[in-house]
Amino acid sequence: MSEKVIYVMFDCDGILKDGAKMLVSKGVKISDTFSPFPIHGIDPIIGVKNTRLGIMSFLYGLTGLTLASLGMRFFMIKDWPMNIGGKPNFSYFENLLAFVPISFEFTVLCAAHGMAITYFLRNKTLPGMPAQNPDPRTTDDKFVIEIRTAENSMDEKELDKLIKETGFIEIDKKTI
Amino acid sequence: MEFEITKTAKRNIYILLATGLILTLVGVLTGMKSHHFVTRLLTNGLIDSFFFFAMGLGALFFLSLAYATETGWYAAVKRVIEAVAGFLPFGMALMGVVLVVITALDGAHVYQWMDPEVVSHDPIIQGKTAYLNPTFFWIRTIVYFACYLIFLRGFRKRSLEEDKVGGTDLHFMNYKKGALFLVFFAVFSSTSSWDWLMSIDVHWFSTLFGWYTFAGMWCTTMVVLIMVTLYLKKLGHLEKVNDHHIHDLGKWAFATSFLWSYLWFSQFMLIWYANIGEEATYFQMRIENYKLLYFGMFFINFAFPMLILMSRDAKRNAGILTFIGLIIIGGHWVDVYIMVTAGSMGPTAHIGLLEIGMALTVMSIFILVILKNLTKAPLTAHNHPFLDESIHHEI
Repeated sequence: MSEKVIYVMFDCDGILKDGAKMLVSKGVKISDTFSPFPIHGIDPIIGVKNTRLGIMSFLYGLTGLTLASLGMRFFMIKDWPMNIGGKPNFSYFENLLAFVPISFEFTVLCAAHGMAITYFLRNKTLPGMPAQNPDPRTTDDKFVIEIRTAENSMDEKELDKLIKETGFIEIDKKTI
Repeated sequence: MEFEITKTAKRNIYILLATGLILTLVGVLTGMKSHHFVTRLLTNGLIDSFFFFAMGLGALFFLSLAYATETGWYAAVKRVIEAVAGFLPFGMALMGVVLVVITALDGAHVYQWMDPEVVSHDPIIQGKTAYLNPTFFWIRTIVYFACYLIFLRGFRKRSLEEDKVGGTDLHFMNYKKGALFLVFFAVFSSTSSWDWLMSIDVHWFSTLFGWYTFAGMWCTTMVVLIMVTLYLKKLGHLEKVNDHHIHDLGKWAFATSFLWSYLWFSQFMLIWYANIGEEATYFQMRIENYKLLYFGMFFINFAFPMLILMSRDAKRNAGILTFIGLIIIGGHWVDVYIMVTAGSMGPTAHIGLLEIGMALTVMSIFILVILKNLTKAPLTAHNHPFLDESIHHEI
């Protein structure tokens, strides 16, 4: 038996949410939804796991802080110590205050860029990548639920019967 | 109305009040003979009345900010904000008494510019007398107090009226008044902190001082709002407030403690780097004599909220929020303590029984007033136009 992907299209995010709730309560596994904007409260319904991007952001920030400190220590203390405003650069700790703004900026820079790049890589949406949404209309005013028969114990007919009960407007199937 | 002060709460507040009064009395009796006793007493009066007055003011500011920006999520906790803002008249009364006594005693070493003897020998203060003289000081103080009181009464009156009549007329009225208050507050928050706190170190000035004081006050206000909300939730009230509201309040506490740290650091670093004698005196006094308190306070107020409140789960956990909240309130009290004391008492001050006693006394009055205010109105603003949005608030 060939595996199929079923795309169920909706007119409104509210109907999609109710439909998804109903399908999940009947034991259907929804693999994804597509929408022109974030749908509030859809994550717990279709069982999307909490993002770990925050943890990565902290690690990137820490990397930035370390790099900035090491860099400035080398430039300003070891390699070419300067006397700025009557404050000779004898040790990093004594002039710590002067280094705080740059440490902060570099921490933010690394955290922000690291996060953005990680997000692109993880979602496979780097510039030039092919679009992943099943229908261009999901970038305008339509909403789509994606169900894969491979992830569900029910067969296609049973799924169809359940989907009929939602307020969908269009259904589309693809064989993989 | 729906909320009554429980017997345990009442008992605990009175125990706190009694402890505060006893400690104050012991502090007075043991310290009475020391040289600077009157100054010390008034310094503490100023610290505690300002600290708690500022929380009421912060709540009033936050309320008008929410009105002016037409915020939706806060509608469920609006009555809590109003209750904290309701402390303002009491805070003003306390501060008014302290300021009257200080003026009557020619500054009592707290405000040196009030003492004609000192001014006549001090060319720097003489250059500032156009602004810093008792008459103009009192005119400004009365204008601040009057402005805050008028807006507070207006907001409260319209809020209670909204419960009865509903509709959006009052909402748009609040919107306008909220924006108007922010205009006044933008100026007054700076000038009032110059008058009440910065003029203690009369030779010194900093343009960031107003924002620094304001950020500290905003941070403590958010913490108090969290704690009152959590307390009411624990008693089973505020059923419309869910984890998302608590999370948002936690975010505010987190963000404002960063704002405070940022402004503290900006003020400190610029003066440290420029290293101009007349600017550095302020920090010299504090670092030489109060090193541990000064940097310890900064570390606590910055690092604790940053490291502990960073994660999402921590901002939804009542235990962690209360723990951090108590630490932040203590930390910011020490901040105000050093701001005032190092200027008025010089290098010899220390936190003794008197300081702790007076702080506890004012704190118990503060808590009592907030709880009393909560009993006076329904805990949910039923006809707030954004209440529905607030109930479905989700982040």
